Amino acid sequence: MYDFNYHEPKTLAEAAAALRTSRDGSFIAGGMSLIPALKQRRAKPSDLIDLRLIEGLSGVRREGSAVVIGAMTRHADVADSALLRATIPELGRLVGEMADPSVRNRATLGGSVAHGDPAADYPPALLALGATIITTDRTIAAADFFTGAFTTALRRGEIITAVSFPIPQTAAYLKFSNTASRYAIVGVFVAKSGGDVRLAVTGAKACVFRLKEMEDALAKAFIPEAIESIAVTPSALNADIHATPEYRAHLISVMARRAVAATAAKRQN
Amino acid sequence: MAHVTIRVNGKEETREIKPRTLLVEFLRERLGLTGTHVGCDTTQCGCCVVLVDGRSVNSCTMLAVQANGTSVTTIEGVADGDKLHPMQAAFREHHALQCGFCTPGMVMSALELVQRNKNPTEADIRYWLLGNMCRCTGYQNIVEAIQAGAAAMAQGQ
Repeated sequence: MYDFNYHEPKTLAEAAAALRTSRDGSFIAGGMSLIPALKQRRAKPSDLIDLRLIEGLSGVRREGSAVVIGAMTRHADVADSALLRATIPELGRLVGEMADPSVRNRATLGGSVAHGDPAADYPPALLALGATIITTDRTIAAADFFTGAFTTALRRGEIITAVSFPIPQTAAYLKFSNTASRYAIVGVFVAKSGGDVRLAVTGAKACVFRLKEMEDALAKAFIPEAIESIAVTPSALNADIHATPEYRAHLISVMARRAVAATAAKRQN
Repeated sequence: MAHVTIRVNGKEETREIKPRTLLVEFLRERLGLTGTHVGCDTTQCGCCVVLVDGRSVNSCTMLAVQANGTSVTTIEGVADGDKLHPMQAAFREHHALQCGFCTPGMVMSALELVQRNKNPTEADIRYWLLGNMCRCTGYQNIVEAIQAGAAAMAQGQ
């Protein structure tokens, strides 16, 4: 790891100022992606601006018909939230199954979202639930936020403070994990609110994306059979040692149907 | 340089360190607490797990400056003098180690599990140990030890 200057600001304004005056600084939240990158010298920021002492960035709270989660809320605390279990249980379950307990004790919502890993689990949840990312400067719809592999709409010096998740009628996330890393080879998050259905896919392209054709079919009939005949085009999908584009296309269809079926199973319980 | 004060196993330790110092380097190289091991150095094996304010973390993936002002418990801090902690005693009793390299991390992870769940099932334990690897593949006895250790802790032994 290269040397860097370390800052521990107590306010968002101090944090933004520290970043703007640094040569090539970086914010750090839980550090579960950044510290490995520093150790491998894939990242070499001149300054690290640690957000851990800034108050008011953690916790899960209800705001009208949405659940708002502070950006510095650890995965372990999101997974443990009784409020989330009572409102968007699928989101709590998804977060509780990320990585392992020691990573969940450090990793944060804001860090994960800002990192924009194309195989991460939070992005499809944000996209399918129609979440809003709240930053120090503005609010950004999830649909406008994830712009590419490890790329987001965040500007330099802008800090995520919270994410607001509208409470859906029903939702389910189905993930086909790499058995070693547990990252999604393909993950599908489906959410339904009234006549509005969103279906988002992670792990399959350079960026999380929605499948409009499946959404339209599911809006007419929210049953697995409604999307059975919809073919997923493999051409733009990732190819790597874990899966071919054709296999990923197949997995998307299967995971999407299983996700819809899972919401039905939940409604009966 | 950065100035950190970390309460390690009940004792306040203040040092001047480079900000890039990892928590595990601080523990092993600055404080001489070599019970915390570095296995993979990539957040996967769990040999370096310590408790930071009661919660398990991989100390190879945390900067010591991030632990400034916290309380850290390492494997050296769990026994009561010469008397092993019930979880350590259970690991010995159940032959839960062969080479022992992963054991400190296993014990520290187990302690957070029991803190959250006093009576974990075999499935709870296996799921919890996802981030702790044993290259001797001795998981069966580790699971049995953690179940026995949890029972002993519940009885206050």
